[in-house]
Amino acid sequence: MARQEKISKNLDWITVLLFIVCVIVGWANIYAAIYNPENPLWIGDAGFFDTNAGKQLIWIGTTVLLIIAILVIDYRFYETTAFFIYGFFIFMLISVFVIGAEIKGSHSWIRIGGFQIQPAEFAKMATALALAKYVSTPMVNLSRFKDQFNVALIILIPPVLILLSKETGVALVFASFMVLLYREGLPGVYPASFLSIIILFVLSLIYPSWQIFVGLAVLSGLIIWILPRYERKTRNILMILGVAFAMGVFATGVDWAINNVLQEHQRNRIKVLIDPDFDRKKTGYNVRQAKIAIGSGGLIGKGYLQGTQTKFDFVPEQSTDFIFCTVGEEEGFAGSLLVVGLFLSLLLRVIYLAERQKSRFARVYGYGVVSILFFHFMVNIGMTIGLMPVIGIPLPFFSYGGSSLWSFSILLFIFLKIDAHRSQVLSRW
Amino acid sequence: MEEIRKRFIQGFFILIALIYVSRLFYLQVIDETYKLDAENNAIRKLIQVPFRGLVYDRNKKLIVSNTVVYDLYVTPKKAKVADTLRFCEIFGITRPEFDSLTHLARIYSPVRPSLMLRQLSRQDYARVQDAMVDYPGFDFQVSALRTYDSKAMANALGYVGEISPERLLKQEETGDDYYRQGDYVGVTGLERQYEEKLRGERGIKYMMVNSRGVEKGAFKNGAFDKDPIAGKNLITSIDINLQAYADSLMQHKVGSVVAIEPSTGEVLAMVSAPTYDPSLLSGRTYSKYFQTLNLNPLHPLLNRPPSAYYRPGSTFKIIQALVALQMGAISAGTGFGHGGSPINCSHNHPVASDVQKAIQYSCNPYFYQTYKRMIYKNNETNVFKKSAVGLEKWDEMVAKFGIGQSLEIDLPNEKKGKLPDVPYYDKMYGGQEKAPLRWKFSNIASNSIGEGEIIVNPLKMANVAAIIANRGWYYRPHLVKGIGKVGDIDEKYKEKISVGIDRRHFETVIGGMVAAVNNGTVSGDGRLSDIQMCGKTGTSQNRHGENHSIFIAFAPRENPKIAIAVFVENAGSGGAHAAPIASLCVEKYIKGHSDRKAIETKWMNKGYPINIIRTTPKSDNSKNPSAKKDSVVKKVDEELFLTTPQTLPLMGAEKPNTFKIPMKPKR
Repeated sequence: MARQEKISKNLDWITVLLFIVCVIVGWANIYAAIYNPENPLWIGDAGFFDTNAGKQLIWIGTTVLLIIAILVIDYRFYETTAFFIYGFFIFMLISVFVIGAEIKGSHSWIRIGGFQIQPAEFAKMATALALAKYVSTPMVNLSRFKDQFNVALIILIPPVLILLSKETGVALVFASFMVLLYREGLPGVYPASFLSIIILFVLSLIYPSWQIFVGLAVLSGLIIWILPRYERKTRNILMILGVAFAMGVFATGVDWAINNVLQEHQRNRIKVLIDPDFDRKKTGYNVRQAKIAIGSGGLIGKGYLQGTQTKFDFVPEQSTDFIFCTVGEEEGFAGSLLVVGLFLSLLLRVIYLAERQKSRFARVYGYGVVSILFFHFMVNIGMTIGLMPVIGIPLPFFSYGGSSLWSFSILLFIFLKIDAHRSQVLSRW
Repeated sequence: MEEIRKRFIQGFFILIALIYVSRLFYLQVIDETYKLDAENNAIRKLIQVPFRGLVYDRNKKLIVSNTVVYDLYVTPKKAKVADTLRFCEIFGITRPEFDSLTHLARIYSPVRPSLMLRQLSRQDYARVQDAMVDYPGFDFQVSALRTYDSKAMANALGYVGEISPERLLKQEETGDDYYRQGDYVGVTGLERQYEEKLRGERGIKYMMVNSRGVEKGAFKNGAFDKDPIAGKNLITSIDINLQAYADSLMQHKVGSVVAIEPSTGEVLAMVSAPTYDPSLLSGRTYSKYFQTLNLNPLHPLLNRPPSAYYRPGSTFKIIQALVALQMGAISAGTGFGHGGSPINCSHNHPVASDVQKAIQYSCNPYFYQTYKRMIYKNNETNVFKKSAVGLEKWDEMVAKFGIGQSLEIDLPNEKKGKLPDVPYYDKMYGGQEKAPLRWKFSNIASNSIGEGEIIVNPLKMANVAAIIANRGWYYRPHLVKGIGKVGDIDEKYKEKISVGIDRRHFETVIGGMVAAVNNGTVSGDGRLSDIQMCGKTGTSQNRHGENHSIFIAFAPRENPKIAIAVFVENAGSGGAHAAPIASLCVEKYIKGHSDRKAIETKWMNKGYPINIIRTTPKSDNSKNPSAKKDSVVKKVDEELFLTTPQTLPLMGAEKPNTFKIPMKPKR
C-alpha cells in the first residue's frame, strides 16, 4: 500500500494527463475516420469490435493493463535488464523472417490470436533502453571514436534488420537517436553534417548534379574568402575543397541511387514531395488527398464526423498513418493547432523530466523517449501537410494500431516509472 | 554546454512545431482551393432542370409547351456493352460515334455519369427499355423539349438551344454562374427576352459520393438542396388564329406583317416571312436544320419586324402631313400643284387641293412642297443654316412617332432604324471632318416622301398606324400581356405616350387614309366593303430590284380594333400587293373570317419571283464608274443592304414609276 501511495504521489501526472488526452482524442478521430453515416456503429452494436475503432478500444484497455504492470515492476528492472531486452527484440526481429506473417507487403508481423504484433515497433523502446544503459556506463565518452562506434552499432543493428523486412519507415525512426546522442555529448559536427546531408539530399533531387557542383564550388570559394587570414592555410583550404568535393560526389551518388537503388514507389514518394503535381493519379494522389482533407478544414473544421475526405475513403490509411487528416478536416486549424500544441507540450515536458533526473541512465532514456516521439510527430504530420515524404509511420497515441499504441505507452511509462523514483537514486555522475 | 544543447533541442522542436503551424495556417485558412477540391471530390451536385414556362396566346390558347424526353447517360466504369453493334443499332448511332462518345465520357470521369445521347422520345424510350437490362451503366434522365402546337410565329417566339460559348464567356465576365456548358437557353425571340422568367429555378441536389463514385446519401440530409421551380408561363397578346392566318398569307413571300391592338399596344400578330416550322429547331433535329436555315439566302431566321431595315416610302407621308399641320406649315386646306418639284408624281390624279387628297393620291410634289415649308419655317437667312435649323425642329417632332428611336418592344435585336439629323448630314456631305453648312433642303428633299435617309422597320410602321388610330398616342408595343398572370408586365408598357399632335389634325389625315383605301392608291383587292379601313400605301425603293410593297392601316375608323403594317419585299407598289394582305388580316381579326374567299386564295398563293444573285463583291464596285458617280446614294444604300437577303445586280433597270432622287448635292 505504501508503495502504491508513493507511485501515485510521485508519478508526473501532467505527462499522464497529456498521454490520456492524446489517447482519447486519437480514439475519437479513429472513430470519425471509420464512421459510416449510413451504418453508424457504437459500442455494443454488432460488428463494432470488428471496426478499427472497436479494436482500438481493446488495445487501449490492454494498454492500461500494461501500464499498471510497468508501474508495478521495480524501477531498477529496466536498467538492469536493458541489454537483455535489447537482445530479446533483436531475436524477435530475426525470428519474424521465420514465423512472421505478411501484411501489406512487409514481412514484419507476428500473429497472436486475432491480433498482430510488430516487433519492430518495440525495438525502438529496446534500443532506447540499451543506448541509455551503454551511454550511462561510467567512462563512456561520446567524443571518443570507440564509444561512437559502439553506439552506432547499438543503433544500427535493429534498423538493418527492419529494413530487411521491408519496413523502411520504422527503420528511419532510428535516425532520431541523433537527438539523444547530441544531448549526451556527441560532437556537434555529427548532427550538423547529418542535417547538411539531408539538405544536400533534397537539393540533389531538385537540381541536376552539375548545378550542385557549381553551387558547392561557389560556396567553398566564399568560405575561403571570408576566412580570417591566419586561418587561410593550405591545410584548411584543402579540407574545405575536399569536403565540398565529397558533397558533390554524394549528390551525384544520391542521383544515381535514387534512379538505380530505390524501388519505384519509394522514388515516387520523394518526387511527389518536391513536385506535388507529379503523378497525380497514383503516388501524388495520396499526398494530394491528404492535403485536400486538411486544407478543406478551414479555421474551425467541418465538424466532428462531418469530414467528407476522410469519410468517403479519399484519404488512404486514414485511421493509421493519415489520422491527422481527420483532425485537420473535421476540427480545422483550431484542432490542428491544439494537436501540434499537445505534442509540443508532451515533448517539452519529457525533456523537462529528463533533465531533472539524477541518474544518467534515466536522463538518456528520457531523451530516447523524446527522440522517438519527436521523429514520429515530425514525419507523420509533415507528410500529411506535404512537408515530408510519405513515410508510413504512425502518430504516437493517435494512430490506430495495437503495436504502436503498446510500444509508445511502454516507452513513455517506463520513463515515468523511473522518473517517479528519481529521488531514490543516488547520483552516480 | 549541456544546458546549451538542451536549449538547442528545445528550440529545434519549437521551430518545427512553428513551421508546421504556419504551414497548417496556410493550407487551412489562407488557401481556399482545397475546400473546393474537397467539395468536388465528395459532393456531387445533381442539377434538376425545371420545366420551362409555357407560352399562351391572348385567348389562353397554348402556343408552346414541353414534351418529356429522355437523355441517356453513361457511367464508363459501370458500363458494359457486350454487343456494341446491337447497342448502336438500338440507338441509331454508328460505331465510330459510339466510340467517340464513350471515349469522351471516360475522359470526363470514369465514375460520374456523362451525357451520351440527348432527347430520346417517349416512343424510343419505351422501345429501348427491354434491351437496357443488358447494358449496365447506362441511365436515363428525364428532360424536356419545346413543342409547338402550330407552325405559326416561329421568329417572334424564337428557339431554345444549347448555350453558345460566347454567351458562357459573357456570363463569366458578369460573374454569374447560372449556366453551364450544354445548358439549354432561349436563343432568340421571346424565348430569349423572357429567358429568366421562362427558365424557372433550377433545383440542386447535393449527393455525397465516396472515392469510388458510389453515392453515400444526401449531403447534410439535404439541408442545402433546392427543389426545382417551374418557369413562369407567358401570356402573350398574340392572337394565334390571326397569326397563323397572316403566316399563311405571307407564304411564298418575303416580308413582314405586324398587327397591334391600338388601345393597348399589344401585338396581335407578328409575321416574318419566310418563316419555318419552329419544331425543326427543337431537340435532335436542331443540328440538322439550323445550318440549312442559317445559310438560306432569304434569312428565315431573321425576325424582320423589329430588325429589318426599309425606307418607309409613301407611308411616311402621313407623318409629314401631321407634323406639317401641327407646325402650321400647311393647313388642312393647303393645296400644291405638280409644278416646281424635282420629285415627280407617279400617280395620275386630280390636283391635290388639300391634305386629304394629297394622302388619297399619295402626291409626291405635294409633300415635297410641304417638307420644304417645314424645313424652311424659321427665321434664318442663310439657306444652309436655315435647312439645319429646320431639320432639327422637324426631327424633334418626327422622333415622337418612334422614328429612329427604340420602341423597347420585348424582343431582342430591335433596331432603331434611322432618323437623319444635322450631324448625320454634316458628316455625309462634309466628309470625315463633319463640316457643317455644306448641305441644304434640296439635298435632303427625298425624305419628304420617305425615300431619303429615313429607315424604319415594320414594327415601327405598325406603331405609327396605332398612333393614328388612337389620334395621337400609343403604348409601347409588346408581345407579353402577363408573366404568370395577366397584367404582370413591365411598367414601361403601361405608360401612355403622346406624340404631341393635336387630335383635329388626325381627323384630317384619317379622312385622306379612308379615301386612299376606297378611292385612291389601294387596289380593289385591298378594299373592304363592310369595315371602314383607313390606310396608306408605300412603295419603298431599294437597290435589290422591284420596290418593296408597304401598307399601313387601322380599322375600323371609329374605336379602332387593329392597326397593321404589311411589308412585302420586291413585290411592287404598296396599294396593289401589301394592301390586300392587310385587308384580309383586318377582316379576319374583326369578323373572325374573310368573306372574300377568292381573294384570300389568290393572295395566299401569290408569290414573287425572287432573284437570288450574288452581287459583285464590294471591292469591284469601286471600279465601276457608275458606282462612283452616285457614291452618296450608295452610302445610304449600303446601310439598307441589311434589309433584304436577296440581291440583284447593282444597277437594276429603273422602273417607270420610281421617283427621281437627287443624286448629287447641288451647290
